[in-house]
Amino acid sequence: MTEVLEILANANFWAAAIRIATPLVFGVLGALICERAGVLNLGIEGIFTAGAMAGWMAAWLGAGLWGGVLAAALTGAGFGLLHALLTVPLGLSQHVSGLGITLLATSAAYFAYRTALPDVSSPPRIEPFGALDIPVLSELPFLGPALFQHTALTWLALAMVALVWWVLARTPLGLAIRAVGDNPDAVDAQGLSVYGLRIGAVMAGSALMAVGGAFLTMAAFDAFFFGMVNGRGWICIALVIFASWRPWKALLGALLFGAFDAFQVRLQTELGGAVPGQIFLMAPYLLSIVALVLAARRADYPRALLTPWFKGQR
Amino acid sequence: MIRIEPRAPSPLVNLAVPVLAALVALLLAAIPLALAGADLGQAFALMWQGVFGSLFTVTETLTRAAPLILTGLAAAFAFRARLWNIGGEGQLYLGALAAVAVGTGAISAPPAVMIPLVLLAGALAGALAMALPALLKIRFGADEVVTTLLLNFVVLLFVQMMLEGPFKDPMGMGWPQSEPIVDAAMLPPLVERMRLHAGLLIGLVLALVLHVVLGRTAWGLRIRAVGENPAAAAHAGIPVGRTLIGAALVSGGLAGLAGVGEVAGLKGYLTADLSPGYGYAGIVVAMLARLSPLGVVAAALFIAGVFVGADSMSRAIGVSSYLADLVVAIALLTVLVGGFVSQYRLVRVRAGGEGA
Repeated sequence: MTEVLEILANANFWAAAIRIATPLVFGVLGALICERAGVLNLGIEGIFTAGAMAGWMAAWLGAGLWGGVLAAALTGAGFGLLHALLTVPLGLSQHVSGLGITLLATSAAYFAYRTALPDVSSPPRIEPFGALDIPVLSELPFLGPALFQHTALTWLALAMVALVWWVLARTPLGLAIRAVGDNPDAVDAQGLSVYGLRIGAVMAGSALMAVGGAFLTMAAFDAFFFGMVNGRGWICIALVIFASWRPWKALLGALLFGAFDAFQVRLQTELGGAVPGQIFLMAPYLLSIVALVLAARRADYPRALLTPWFKGQR
Repeated sequence: MIRIEPRAPSPLVNLAVPVLAALVALLLAAIPLALAGADLGQAFALMWQGVFGSLFTVTETLTRAAPLILTGLAAAFAFRARLWNIGGEGQLYLGALAAVAVGTGAISAPPAVMIPLVLLAGALAGALAMALPALLKIRFGADEVVTTLLLNFVVLLFVQMMLEGPFKDPMGMGWPQSEPIVDAAMLPPLVERMRLHAGLLIGLVLALVLHVVLGRTAWGLRIRAVGENPAAAAHAGIPVGRTLIGAALVSGGLAGLAGVGEVAGLKGYLTADLSPGYGYAGIVVAMLARLSPLGVVAAALFIAGVFVGADSMSRAIGVSSYLADLVVAIALLTVLVGGFVSQYRLVRVRAGGEGA
């Protein structure tokens, strides 16, 4: 018990929790936007991978760190556009298209990486985003290292939560996006474009997912590794349901998840070899399944999620 | 204006669409190949040679097709009931683990006992692995896409843990691998001095069996009814939950058998890199086959050919072997679009006039 308290009283633990949560915040927000507009985006796992690769590659080629973030976002939006074209105007299976996007984006990222760097055994590194020490606040005991020494991308993630919440809850655009995921006929009757709104939402959401991937190669680590996304995208899909499609709850869910993950890593070192490491590594996936099962009963899915809509067919 | 109209179902279109989708996917490989600076003519020629060049290459393709037929059937069968089993990869590994558990010397018996035993163990393990997500779906409404995807990671970690723990081969020079499967439990080879094994025959027989089950039996009818419209099926008195569990058990069992074939037919022992994504590729196989069990055989042969041909070509000219995965991914998307073409047609509508 004292070990547990010691872990929780350590500022590094909370800093790690926030660091682990950051890519998930981007991913959950991205998935949330797509689903609010009525489109499930199972391309997320591959879009994470492609974003991680594109962001890192752009930075490595000299585009700068923010150039990398932009490259990742555009890559994500591109795969999002493909998913949207297949599922919105053509109305094809969102499950199958999403899985296809994941396979395509993942293998395209791996292929591009191997084609650009055929013979490297250890991946080349970039200078990643550094911690942004907030003046005065970062000097605070405990709170400083826990909360105020994060990279710019973590702050961007937080800003995105606020922005997505504000757009969805407080603007006519947000109202239209939510309506298109609940009742596309009503949106059409108002003279708004159901296709345009859905395609736009999927592209924006996919861009956010890709930035989440870019965080992995440009802030959490400084290089691209095969298999580095490791199910984070699928975890985001579970967290969206847990967050009942609300941006602030998405942030809370990602932070809880981050805290749990940081905790299991520390517990693993505490227990040192008494329990096989894989038990701890399984925990995040099992936790996501538990969260999904708990949330599923009362899940209030966007009503038109998974339902294609064709113009002129009521 | 362009309007989308349903098209009358046609067997010719139904056959032509997946074939064309596969060909288009193969042709689209030209884009990444050109970007990688390869000579396209040479690349495609080498790919062809890599598949049809010799008896060895042909048997290699069939060897690759064996697990793909089984994971493809696993996906197709579940999808028919609209149960999204994306957990084929995990079920394959659990099947392999179960085969190792009973097949590495714990039991000694003649082949006539051992071979059915490892097959049964693997099928059972895979079936149980899929029963959990199916139960969570029926009981709690938890989306099986997400649970099966997440369980793939859990299972792989579990297999790694077993291979570093109780299943570790003490003679394995410290590598995390299982003890070898005893000779009596090994699936017999089909062609002398080649790696092709009886797992292929198991897949072929099961494809036929499932074809009959889905098309000719009351149970198959129930599965299709649940897949097409669960509400109507329930209204017609079909026990939807029980039907879904049945489909889940069969689907998981098929993927488990794929794992048995890979350890007891091909490798002879289990490592954590047994499958290069056969579970996920099985989804592509099922979709290319348009969920028909017999179609799965053809689709699996195509995907296996892509893997073998692209692998041998990329080794020869130094292009990344991820090209094969790229073609497989594109095939899933082209067949999806093909499905649209086979169900609908685009009709040009003149302003205020009839369709032209």
